[in-house]
Amino acid sequence: MSVLDAKIPEGPIKDKWTNHKNKINLVNPANKRLIDVIVVGTGLAGGSASASLAEMGYNVKAFCFQDSPRRAHSIAAQGGINAAKNYQNDGDSVYRLFYDTVKGGDYRSREANVYRLAEVSANIIDQCVAQGVPFAREYGGLLDNRSFGGVLVSRTFYAKGQTGQQLLLGAYSAMNRQIGKGKIKMYNRHEMLELVKVDGKARGIIARNLVTGEIERHSAHAVVIASGGYGNVFFLSTNAMGSNVTAAWRVHKKGAFFANPCYTQIHPTCIPRSGDYQSKLTLMSESLRNDGRIWVPKNMEDVEAIRKGTKKPTDLSEDERDYYLERRYPAFGNLVPRDVASRAAKERCDAGFGVNETGEAVYLDFDAAIMRYGREKATVEGEPNASDERVRELGEGVIEAKYGNLFQMYQKITDDNPYKTPMMIYPAVHYTMGGVWVDYNLMTTIPGCYAAGEANFSDHGANRLGASALMQGLADGYFVLPYTIGDYLADDIRTGAIPTDSPEFVEAENAVKERLEGFINNKGSKSVDHFHRRLGKVMWDKVGMSRNEQGLKEAIAEIQQIREEFYKDVFVPGGMYELNPELEKAARVADFLELGELFAHDALHRTESCGGHFREESAEEDGPQKGEAKRDDKNFAYVAAWEWTGDPSNAKLHKEELTFNDIELKQRSYK
Amino acid sequence: MKLTLKIWRQKDANDKGGIKTYQLDNVSEHMSFLEMMDVLNEQLIAQGEEPVAFDHDCREGICGSCSMHINGQPHGPDRAVTTCQLHMRSFNDGDTIYIEPWRAKGFPVIKDLVVDRSAFDRIQHAGGFVSVGTSGNTQDANAIPIPKADADKAFDAATCIGCGACVAACKNASAMLFVSAKVSQFALLPQGKVEAKRRVLNMVEQMDKEGFGNCTNTGACSVECPKEISLENIARMNREYLKASVTGE
Repeated sequence: MSVLDAKIPEGPIKDKWTNHKNKINLVNPANKRLIDVIVVGTGLAGGSASASLAEMGYNVKAFCFQDSPRRAHSIAAQGGINAAKNYQNDGDSVYRLFYDTVKGGDYRSREANVYRLAEVSANIIDQCVAQGVPFAREYGGLLDNRSFGGVLVSRTFYAKGQTGQQLLLGAYSAMNRQIGKGKIKMYNRHEMLELVKVDGKARGIIARNLVTGEIERHSAHAVVIASGGYGNVFFLSTNAMGSNVTAAWRVHKKGAFFANPCYTQIHPTCIPRSGDYQSKLTLMSESLRNDGRIWVPKNMEDVEAIRKGTKKPTDLSEDERDYYLERRYPAFGNLVPRDVASRAAKERCDAGFGVNETGEAVYLDFDAAIMRYGREKATVEGEPNASDERVRELGEGVIEAKYGNLFQMYQKITDDNPYKTPMMIYPAVHYTMGGVWVDYNLMTTIPGCYAAGEANFSDHGANRLGASALMQGLADGYFVLPYTIGDYLADDIRTGAIPTDSPEFVEAENAVKERLEGFINNKGSKSVDHFHRRLGKVMWDKVGMSRNEQGLKEAIAEIQQIREEFYKDVFVPGGMYELNPELEKAARVADFLELGELFAHDALHRTESCGGHFREESAEEDGPQKGEAKRDDKNFAYVAAWEWTGDPSNAKLHKEELTFNDIELKQRSYK
Repeated sequence: MKLTLKIWRQKDANDKGGIKTYQLDNVSEHMSFLEMMDVLNEQLIAQGEEPVAFDHDCREGICGSCSMHINGQPHGPDRAVTTCQLHMRSFNDGDTIYIEPWRAKGFPVIKDLVVDRSAFDRIQHAGGFVSVGTSGNTQDANAIPIPKADADKAFDAATCIGCGACVAACKNASAMLFVSAKVSQFALLPQGKVEAKRRVLNMVEQMDKEGFGNCTNTGACSVECPKEISLENIARMNREYLKASVTGE
């Protein structure tokens, strides 16, 4: 085991980034034209990085597996983006955003990175507004804010429930400007299947053209992985169907350490699953918790009556309801962080109070908010004596203006009208805090290979706060990577174009072909999805919201078993040199089957509970925090970075010790 | 429920293609349309046949990937939904459902139900942006107040997901709704005004080059649009275009 050097700059935390930028090497504009950079992924991180790098003068080659960069899964982010603007004058500051993020991450993130994130956050909003991103505004024409879980200020900027879409289209438009100028060469419907290293440095990728099936070699002086998270290892998650770990896993197998794979965010407000055919889960933005109250019935008879359909949730009076978050966490109530809210829902459902047929659902109720807003609106409209009915009508209008598209989405999926009856929600896998290990410069342990956005591990610790993913993706892509990559590329100004006929490229290409031909020629009896579903079930049951030693050991053995069967018995129809979605899936699931094992292995080794990682063996036994997660700072205040050695369970552990100079480590309390 | 599916199968761009018929039992009304397609594909794979290729990704109506022409309507019979948000409860036991790809000159078929929509990207390359650097050193975001009504209208236009249903619905295969949504978003905001003339001229020119037809104000595009993008945007684009053509730079 070695100790990893994160290359954090010296000096006080508030000066680190400025000093670092002033000291690192720059590449002069004429030389940037001689340098190629590959960016894999065109979400917020990859899209903004491509646009910025191209604008600075580098030749960018951007890759996405979708048919257009605009479709990357950042598009689906609903709620908002945080920024320390303090427009609401509620005491927000860079320090407070930094503090909230470190605390929300349960003290498992790297202080210096988080501070930098908070520092550049305000510029993101300026940048996006200048690009024409239509954020929500107040009647005075200024930007509006909302509040999100785990914090006590309103610092979240939003565009209805489509903030991710608007920000991604902003980054996409910045890319389009550069594509039009020829500075970005865009490869749609291309998937990276291997990293190519030459003399130990990342020098290119092998990609498959998903339309023709052709295997292509692409070279560059640096490679940026911005391919998102790996939540689909659970099969069911809120991720898009195509979201995968392959790019990240391929660089891992070529020498990049993989950090904290077990840190997964289970989002508390998703639409519950309805049947075995379920292909994905749909998130309902956390912003709904601003106005929605979460509850289950107090009495078991009511639960049973509701499941049988003899009672409706609206039949229950206030004192027949258990608003369990308000009861357990009076200070934060329904706005506790995501991990806390998720576990609390699981606790009630495990105790038998789940309100749907599967027993895995709780209510999210807007009735109180509708009436409260309705009364405010009635007063403003000069109708102080409005009837309850009128108040409700006005209130529903206010709620519709705030969350209309989310309510509509819910109704489309469930056929229930959430204005009239409470929504049913349940936690689902949503985001992965773990990822490729990077230093302060966002460089992985492979020289010249960078990771940005959800694909890296650095900023969210063991739990991510709401509206922080968009912030991190854009911070990495617009403002961090474009600077730090220059420090590395400054040594490459005389290298010249990287040839693609070297033995390293040939070997990598052959390995990819062999792997894919293996799937095509396997002629087994079961579909790729069959194995993916089985993997997902093991992950959810034993490596999900709550984990214990025995379950994790079983999970590792079961995943190994599924992997073995997969290679023996998977059936991939069609050929290699054509559009073949089953082949694409097979390659992705093969990587998930390895990642899943490392994931469980990491969870097994971390015997503490922290953030989204809850080990049943490590809970507070008594006192006011009884049952809450118990961290072990003495033994686990480090980043676990795993080195590939040939099989996931024998991965070699490297530790990056986390030191907290600017924040005191405390138990997270939202009581 | 039991369904008869009539699905367009086409091996590649050069294949002539044709409708094939499939029977599917045990469809639940709670399934989404694409989950129904998953079940069909599982069945085809189990029989050793090639599954039906179709574009899809987020499955929550926002990425714009899914693109099925169902019983003659883009994204099927429901209003304001994408194919992935369409649920089988909109159909009845025993129904025959026709499933085809988008049909338009600007969207050539790649395979089965998958079409090439890169023309939309190229239209955006021609002007779908504000020429501002990404340094972050712009003015404060609140320096220019924008009337809420304008901001809201710009937002409504900006919610276009680029799925192409407008083109598929149009008898002229016109892309005017798509192009006008981007032109409007920027025309309504002060940030976009500086380049407004150039933008509308360039985007329309590229749109014509890609082989999309013209608008004859039928309005089918807006009816079928999963994001209910308004026809007003086309009117706004026409005004912008006329203004730009008459007055020049």
